[in-house]
Amino acid sequence: MGYTLIILLLPLVSFALLGLSGNRLSYKKSGVIGTASLLIVALLSFYAAGEYFVTQKAGAVFQTLVPLNVLWLNMGANLHIDMGILLDPISVMMLVVISTVSLMVHIYSLGYMKGEKGFQRYYAFLSLFTFSMLGLVLSTNIFQMYIFWELVGVSSYLLIGFYYTKPTAVAAAKKAFIVTRFADMFFLIGILVLSYYTQTFDFGTLTSGNSAVFQQAISTQFMGASALAWAMALIFVGGAGKSAMFPLHIWLPDAMEGPTPVSALIHAATMVVAGVYLVARLFPVYVLFTPEVLQGIAYVGAFTSMFAALIAIVQTDIKRVLAFSTISQIGFMMVALGVSKLEGHEGLGYMASMFHLFTHAMFKALLFLGAGSVIHAVHSNEMENMGGLRKQMPVTHLTFLIACLAIAGIPPFSGFFSKDEILSATYQHNTGLGVWMTLVAGLTAFYMFRLYFSIFWGKEKQHAHPPHESPKSMTFPLIFLAIPTLLGGFVPFGQFVTADRAPYTIHMEWLVAGISVVVALGGILIARKLYQHPEKPTMVPSGLKGFHNAASHRFYIDEIYLFITKKILFNGVSRAFAWFDRHVVDGFINGLATTTDWFSVRIRGFQSGEIQWYAWVFLFGSLLITALILFF
Amino acid sequence: MLVALAAFLAFQYVTVRKSGNTDPMLFTAALSWFKTLHIQYAVGVDGVSVVMLCLSAVIVFTGTFVSWKMAPLTKEFFLWFSLLATGVFGFFISLDLFTLFLFYETALIPMYLLIGVWGSGRKEYSAMKLTLMLMGSSMILLVGILGIYFGSGATSMHISELAQHPMPVELQYFFFTLTFFGFGVLGALFPFHTWSPDGHASAPTAVSMLHAGVLMKLGGYGSFRVAITLMPEAAEKLSPIFLVLTAIGVVYGAMAAIRQTDLKYINAYSSVSHCNLVLFAILMLTQTSLSGAVLQMLSHGLITALFFALIGMIYGRTHTRLITDMGGLMKIMPFLGVSFVIAGFSNIGVPGLSGFVAEMTIFVGSFENGDLFRRILTIAAVTSIVIGAVYILRMIGKFLQGPLQNAEHGKLDDAHWFERLAVITLIAGIIYLGFFPTGISNMISDSFGSILQAAK
Repeated sequence: MGYTLIILLLPLVSFALLGLSGNRLSYKKSGVIGTASLLIVALLSFYAAGEYFVTQKAGAVFQTLVPLNVLWLNMGANLHIDMGILLDPISVMMLVVISTVSLMVHIYSLGYMKGEKGFQRYYAFLSLFTFSMLGLVLSTNIFQMYIFWELVGVSSYLLIGFYYTKPTAVAAAKKAFIVTRFADMFFLIGILVLSYYTQTFDFGTLTSGNSAVFQQAISTQFMGASALAWAMALIFVGGAGKSAMFPLHIWLPDAMEGPTPVSALIHAATMVVAGVYLVARLFPVYVLFTPEVLQGIAYVGAFTSMFAALIAIVQTDIKRVLAFSTISQIGFMMVALGVSKLEGHEGLGYMASMFHLFTHAMFKALLFLGAGSVIHAVHSNEMENMGGLRKQMPVTHLTFLIACLAIAGIPPFSGFFSKDEILSATYQHNTGLGVWMTLVAGLTAFYMFRLYFSIFWGKEKQHAHPPHESPKSMTFPLIFLAIPTLLGGFVPFGQFVTADRAPYTIHMEWLVAGISVVVALGGILIARKLYQHPEKPTMVPSGLKGFHNAASHRFYIDEIYLFITKKILFNGVSRAFAWFDRHVVDGFINGLATTTDWFSVRIRGFQSGEIQWYAWVFLFGSLLITALILFF
Repeated sequence: MLVALAAFLAFQYVTVRKSGNTDPMLFTAALSWFKTLHIQYAVGVDGVSVVMLCLSAVIVFTGTFVSWKMAPLTKEFFLWFSLLATGVFGFFISLDLFTLFLFYETALIPMYLLIGVWGSGRKEYSAMKLTLMLMGSSMILLVGILGIYFGSGATSMHISELAQHPMPVELQYFFFTLTFFGFGVLGALFPFHTWSPDGHASAPTAVSMLHAGVLMKLGGYGSFRVAITLMPEAAEKLSPIFLVLTAIGVVYGAMAAIRQTDLKYINAYSSVSHCNLVLFAILMLTQTSLSGAVLQMLSHGLITALFFALIGMIYGRTHTRLITDMGGLMKIMPFLGVSFVIAGFSNIGVPGLSGFVAEMTIFVGSFENGDLFRRILTIAAVTSIVIGAVYILRMIGKFLQGPLQNAEHGKLDDAHWFERLAVITLIAGIIYLGFFPTGISNMISDSFGSILQAAK
């Protein structure tokens, strides 16, 4: 399956082409080049997925395929970084997800970004991002993954800061990059520790389940945990940064400053699930050798999903609601991985997590693109400027509703199936956690329908230009993505992607499913009661005022960070360093020079050139020496 | 011309190595010029010097283009500039300690004039400070070199011969400190780096480029070629002290860069951070970290030269280097802006550009040392990738992005052909190293085997 190399390289070629030609290319041509190359990539990805899932099943399990692996950089006797392509069920699934969503975003942007300055640059960056993301999922070794991981971060920075003359966009891009970089630092340290003890970067060796590889890493203890546990925990921090897990989530809501299609592609469907993918990629290591870290991942995921859901309830910017909802949903995926085991029925969580990743990518991209369509029509992100749009924008309305039902977990939409399996897996592991996640699912339904009713129902607002349905280039992707959102749940996912790679038939757990549907419907009904006719002033019960305030301020996490970075690091430490350098270190050197200078001025008199003075000194000196010799 | 020569040399080198020649040094030539002290003009190259020569050639070449419109006293400027280049080239090919030292001094002296005459700002102060500090350190270095010669009892100052006459360990301690310190000051060893920000800020563009790009690498190259090669036991024993200093330097330089508002000062402190990382990697004494150090010298040389070239071009247009006085320049000069962003990305180690390759090799190499002490220092050094991102993005965000700050700047033009040529050459080098590091990295690391065997 060597042709998969084309999948990877084509977006890079398109980036180079668009980047180098810049404004010389007309905006139409650059859009066509970008979209056409993505179309080829998407078709090849579908073909690759088909071929892989049909042919690569040896016996009962799917094989790992490495069509290409070349040496890139030597690092010492055993370590070397390779560049290659690895095909296995999860990477092939990700290929499909990335290329589909990316293609839809490319088409959508033809309409959405029409007439924007820097249209060519926009398509170049989109290609760069697609290249990096594809490289990330196809990596054969952890260092290659890190390389593409960083590239993904860079392209995200470039796209968030697309409107670079806008200071808020610049600040948001900077924040996103630095926060994820901070997390990547831990990722890197984790790789260093892991590779030192195992002497390999290769995923094949790492995930073979062979305990001999980790012998040394397990036996080495450091501060109460094995070196392996440290390494895996540090690597997870890297994943948590990209996937916006608490407390590293602060960059994602701000990243909404970027163009909306970018939010759909990067900050909903692909890049933010990189952390989930990372854990899934290294899952055998986590589950076999460091179950305690995996347990931690489950709790981080569970806390984050509740935390983000609570904030999403009170946000008024529709993109931010979606951003927090994304954080919450990724929390679901993390929980599912955290509670999973490796084999058979116990591996349900892993399968559910990947399934949810797949369905979420589709319906969340759809939600963002729908939101973009609304924003395009009313020229605002704020809910208070919207209302009653269901009549003017029927296609957007219908597809948005489908996506809302999917994320709320209403059968037979795709989100119902994947979320239900996550809940089953969680109940299996721990009832308390299951109840907790069910509550989050209820909140999800509530805030999504708050959003839905506020946008499409209620009183129509006055607009400078009356809102109208978006052009075909924008509604086509909406309709296209609505298909997997409607039907995706019926894909027999367990036949393709499972923890032990053996096919697994999903059984519906009717009790869990029943409870979650009831809770979700409850959430929707409350939202309907409160927001379908928002002419009535929305009441916040007095007991919840405090909560409402705190949640609106995102529980003050940003303020805490700002205090630490701005007040302590920038104004305190860095200023102190700069002062120290200019005054103490440099002062010492200048002091040395001044002292020398001062001294030379003092002794200058000795070189006056007056013979009498020299003679006197000579005489006294001789006398002094003579006296010294005589007396001692 | 120079680039062509250097490329030819590199090509020749690779060909000869391929043909199975395993001598440590190639293309050697020797000429005795001062018999009484057994001083020879001995030259030769190995993988490391070839890389450094290529770097110097590229930077001298681009520096010439950058100062295309240098005035006044154009002829004199290029005279001193060429002398500086001669010193640098001579330094990298010398195999005789005294000749090496001689070229070292040859490179230092033109600096004083180049900064003092053609500089800007507090140029006399900076030129004097730079010269005095570097002269002071080279005095210490000279004592170290003579000490090595007499201490080892060898009959010449040829490095390979000195290496065969190991000194007693007690003597090594003393002279290692002297030589490493002597070279270290030129490599901006903390806390003796303060000449560099002032020097860079005052120097004319091409001199800043050559200075930060190549001259500071003399320190790293020298401490490796002389201090580590000739006194490996002492290096092993004394490295903890210097490691702490360099690790502080890495973090400290980056932290100090965050607060600066002058473009040249930001880049100068960033150079302090990166040059300390070079010394840090050299002291880690593993084959990987040493290759990382050389890669970092090469990469940082290209990046910092690009930075200074761009800063010079921007300053030539806006007449200010304060980021607070500029804003939104990306729109006005897209070519310079994009190049600046590429330089910035490479500086903070974005994959596909040279900085990533070098830094990662250093970190992996440093981590090969199993002891906790070196690991903690390595992790401290790793934090610089985050701090680096902060100051680079702050700088880009302030002066390239955002709304146009000064309406006057709206009328400025983008780069001229000779400027573009220089910038594109440097960027090509950065991207090449970032995409295809295999060949260069192998060429470097092949040169280390014998040295490290002596050290262990």
